[in-house]
Amino acid sequence: MNAPTEYLLHLADNALILGQRNAEWCGHGPILEEDIALSNNSLDLIGQARMLYQHAAETQGGGATEDTLAYFRDVPDFRNYTLCELPHTPLMSATAQGDRDFAMTMARNFLYSSLMVLVWDQLQNSKDAILAAIAAKSLKEVRYHLRHSRDWLVRLGDGTDESHAKAQAALDQLIPYTQEFWAVSPHEAAALANGTGIDMAALQNDWNQIVNEALQEATLKRPADGGFVPTGKQGIHSEHLGFVLAEMQSLARSHPQATW
Amino acid sequence: MSSLTSLPSATDVASAWVLLDALTDPEIPVVSLRELGILRDVRAGDAGLEVVITPTYSGCPAMGQIEDDVKALLQAHGLQGHVVTQLAPAWTTDWMSETAKDKLRAYGIAPPHACASSGTGAASVVQFAARGAKPEVVNCPQCGSANTTETSHFGSTACKALYRCLACMEPFDYFKPY
Repeated sequence: MNAPTEYLLHLADNALILGQRNAEWCGHGPILEEDIALSNNSLDLIGQARMLYQHAAETQGGGATEDTLAYFRDVPDFRNYTLCELPHTPLMSATAQGDRDFAMTMARNFLYSSLMVLVWDQLQNSKDAILAAIAAKSLKEVRYHLRHSRDWLVRLGDGTDESHAKAQAALDQLIPYTQEFWAVSPHEAAALANGTGIDMAALQNDWNQIVNEALQEATLKRPADGGFVPTGKQGIHSEHLGFVLAEMQSLARSHPQATW
Repeated sequence: MSSLTSLPSATDVASAWVLLDALTDPEIPVVSLRELGILRDVRAGDAGLEVVITPTYSGCPAMGQIEDDVKALLQAHGLQGHVVTQLAPAWTTDWMSETAKDKLRAYGIAPPHACASSGTGAASVVQFAARGAKPEVVNCPQCGSANTTETSHFGSTACKALYRCLACMEPFDYFKPY
């Protein structure tokens, strides 16, 4: 049994868009090792996205391919969490082209990886055998992403006054976006109902535990939940996704028949 | 040798195994795909030989090269076949043979620990980064010293981490448990 296409696209789009964002550090990392680490992270995420798009394309049929799904859909078709598409800039940055903030990157990777270790672990039992196989592989990779981003969060939080302030500002900005994790969308409900998806609400306690333990170690404070709940996974995105897609899709759209 | 119309014989399967046994990883040319656990099976299918490979890291760019290498090798020896990519069971460094680990070490890459004994390859999800957890000891492939330190979790390829030996001062790659 295949998972609903929209659900597969949700998982794939999360990986692709965050992979694209993290790839923005390629050639711009604060130190060589982190440049390589973030490129590796992107490679894993884009690899996961490819497997998921291939599966979604087969499920959807009608001539869809991994490339049509990644390069020829527009903003309202994307099903990623809004969290994944935000720029690496701090809250008060004047423009989206402001400086990349490493604390933002690490805080986001931490919040997303903390969720995905739980999601992929559960999806190993999906009734969709291909999704279960992809989950087993992705779990191995996201463990390394969590370890990497968690280490940095602790290092920045429990570091200098400046790194602490930047890490706290990043969390204050990003934590509210994680409310979207728990607001069940129709495609998540459909996937849960036919046994191919998972009950996200059941993961919330474990996720809180991972996050709170790391924040305590990092001497950071968790901001209160509340306020606007983002709706990216239902296709209603922030203003930032259009810019991500414009850059990511321009080559494929300029040369639609191109092959390597 | 098979003709294009007939089904592959047991002899074809056997000769394909012999050929493919010699095929090495494009990034690490001292170990074979079979030793790494990437080459899973060679079998007779309806449309010729089926060479079953399994991807390592999801985004590993070497997988495309590996598929091309397999096809080219079969073709060069007149064998009709294609590559089948199999996702499950997920590839693990635990499949790597002891011979392969020795070859990696001799090549300057510290071989992976067993997944169960390492922090990140472990089955436990929530607790893997427990506070105060001792980092695993990775011996230097050059001098054998256990006095090494991790420079970066991520290295020149998706499957490796960067380490440094504090005894002989040489940097080296560690093949991460997966």
